Amino acid sequence: MQIKESPEQFDAIIVGSGAGGGMATKILSEAGLNIAVIEAGPFFDPANPKTRTQLKWPYESPRRGASTTRHFGDFDMAYGGWDIEGEPYTHKDGTEFEWFRSRMLGGRTNHWGRISLRFGPKDFKRKSIDGLGDNWPISYEDVKPYYDKVDKLIGVFGSKENLPNDPDGFFLPAPKPRLHELYYIKAARKANVPVYPSRLSILTKRINNERGVCFYCGQCSRSCSVYADFSSGSCLIFPAQKSGGQIRLYTDSMVREVVTDDSGKATGVIFINKNDRKEYKLNAKVIVLAASACSTARILLNSKSKVHKDGLGNSSGLIGRYLHDSTGADRVGFVPALMDRKTYNEDGVGGMHVYSPWWGDNKKLDFPRGYHLEMWGGLGMPSYGFGFGVNALNKFIGEKVGGYGNQLRKDAKKFYGAIIGFSSRGESIPMESNYCEIDSDTVDEWGIPVLRFHYKWTQHERLQAKHAHNTFEEIFDHMGAIPLGAKPDAETDYGLAPPGSIIHEVGTTRMGNDPKKSVTNEYQQLHDVDNVFIVDGGPFVSQADKNPTWTIMALSWRTCDYIVSELKKQNI
Amino acid sequence: MNRRDSIKSILLGSLAGGVALQGCSTEAPSDVGPKEITFPDYGRTPKEQLRDKELLNKVFFNEHELATIAVLCDIILPKSENFGSATDAEVPTFIEFIVKDIEAYQLPLRGGIMWLDSYSNKLYNKAFISCTEQEQYNICDQIAYPEETEPELKPGEHFFTTMRNLTLTGYYTSKMGIEALGYKGNTANVWDGVPEDVLKDHGLEYETEWLAKCIDQSKRADIAKWDNDGYLIT
Repeated sequence: MQIKESPEQFDAIIVGSGAGGGMATKILSEAGLNIAVIEAGPFFDPANPKTRTQLKWPYESPRRGASTTRHFGDFDMAYGGWDIEGEPYTHKDGTEFEWFRSRMLGGRTNHWGRISLRFGPKDFKRKSIDGLGDNWPISYEDVKPYYDKVDKLIGVFGSKENLPNDPDGFFLPAPKPRLHELYYIKAARKANVPVYPSRLSILTKRINNERGVCFYCGQCSRSCSVYADFSSGSCLIFPAQKSGGQIRLYTDSMVREVVTDDSGKATGVIFINKNDRKEYKLNAKVIVLAASACSTARILLNSKSKVHKDGLGNSSGLIGRYLHDSTGADRVGFVPALMDRKTYNEDGVGGMHVYSPWWGDNKKLDFPRGYHLEMWGGLGMPSYGFGFGVNALNKFIGEKVGGYGNQLRKDAKKFYGAIIGFSSRGESIPMESNYCEIDSDTVDEWGIPVLRFHYKWTQHERLQAKHAHNTFEEIFDHMGAIPLGAKPDAETDYGLAPPGSIIHEVGTTRMGNDPKKSVTNEYQQLHDVDNVFIVDGGPFVSQADKNPTWTIMALSWRTCDYIVSELKKQNI
Repeated sequence: MNRRDSIKSILLGSLAGGVALQGCSTEAPSDVGPKEITFPDYGRTPKEQLRDKELLNKVFFNEHELATIAVLCDIILPKSENFGSATDAEVPTFIEFIVKDIEAYQLPLRGGIMWLDSYSNKLYNKAFISCTEQEQYNICDQIAYPEETEPELKPGEHFFTTMRNLTLTGYYTSKMGIEALGYKGNTANVWDGVPEDVLKDHGLEYETEWLAKCIDQSKRADIAKWDNDGYLIT
């Protein structure tokens, strides 16, 4: 079987169409570059009625939205998940890592929580503060202009709070808190946990004539058909196409490797078309990898050549290393004051209207870094699982559990909207000993060697989760709420979620000034190969207690400006 | 219609459910074989669509099992003053699907129905569905309250709990159940805060300072513009 080579020479090939790849598509195409975008999944447009799930009812699914075929339920807009048939990954030494992939145009941006937080000044210089991990080679001031531009281009609601490590931006006004959020505000403050309007990339107000305004269905995880929330397709790729960009989309196309010439310079990529199962080669002056931190590491490690014996750009041996995810801990509570609620439409935006950025002082704590708090609750749309243990909470109010008959109707209504959940999402310490590597014993169905993960949390993360659980209980207490289930203890890592499960994995191609200690430079350019760039979460030196998407996009934009300027100077 | 009659009608309904779901497809010639059961599309990928189709056209429960499920569904959620019963909401059809979709349910439900009939044979010398309503209630009373079950009846308790869970979830995710629950969303609207009377009931109010950060919904259609410091000016 021969590789089919396209005679066309692109200015740039972008691998992956999520947040980083979408931004690169927009910026590079608007600079006049001729671009190929290669996506491993199908084409997807949130506005397409054929694939739309927004505003569907649970009974429109025969399984009532259960998560049998999609991991977050039938209506969630992620094609893929923790396990993809035919595309396995393996583990080393019995360690755990869960790898979530969305195979579709726009990737995970179609279903994510839209929590759009800037990293703060301290987040780029953590080593200077606590001696752990490493500093970034750049500072907040380097990224700030790009955060500003991302805010204005995409839209994010929030509020100016002038906090030291949670910088303000160009915000749209926030939605008013819902009832359970008012309860949270009151109780959290009593526990000395500050609360502010959350910061989500959802349009509470029009930002241009192309995208709609939020109509408060609370279903951002289904991807908005009027483009009122951010997804890479709706906000970056489609607008770039409409404004006349030279963009060739290759969907259902799985990149295997970056091809280099005898001098070691990249010349193109080889991908497998999933429909005809044949190999194709595309050529370009510049290769921009945005396949996600782990997929990009996999492509580079699978791109071995005479010049790059250990994989492309891997002279440091660090590709795949320093893999790290956010910490996560969760608890659910029953709020008796919210029993027997009057019902009204409080769907709101998709996600929480209020949140608590990290407030702690590490000098007084037994762990480094911090976490932010998210919460959920309310009179949500029922789906599969609603009514399980319908009156199990009766035991807390001295009433009978179980039974049958019309009493159950009263029970269902009594506890509807009386449950609140808290989640902490925090910063872990990146470790060289946590990594993904190529498993030469296993290939996926496209014949590509797969990733093998090795990951262990440290005591830092466990203690952070412990602290989070203490905080949850304190807030529940001030709410008059009853935390459900047992409080996790040391035996269960204090309820710390398995690595990968928060889906903020970053760090596999970290940036730095020293080519021996990092894979990319501050412009996310491989130290070893000057025409290969990485614009996903791979180059993150550390993750912060923020969600990575806004920083991925700001850095992607910054890198693309650099690419355009280097091309003009004929440096690459 | 009493419970027994309604169960007869839902059984017919369940078995005919596939036909009803076919919508407007034309009558197939009899030599083509059984009709294919379809379900209106809800944004599936081709692979998901194929899987749904396969499940819909498989049969798991036999008639007796389905009849027992229907009886139990309506014991668990009978008709109320304002709303129909679990079988009115076609919960048995949902249960038949979900056990094919989540296979872990198959053994506990099949075995549970058998357990129920064995116990009913022991007490009344007849299958559960042939018992009088009072006899059925007598059996349910012994397995419906987790704290109070006799140790030897634990298998029945587990089965009844599973049936209650599936009945409740099937009901409250149906059109009728959502109305009964009073869920008011899943529709385009403009969220402008908790209704005044609800705030009052809970002794809460919005702080002026917080409201100042919130959207003025009369300006939601105005295109956002900011000054250089990031303050919104539209």
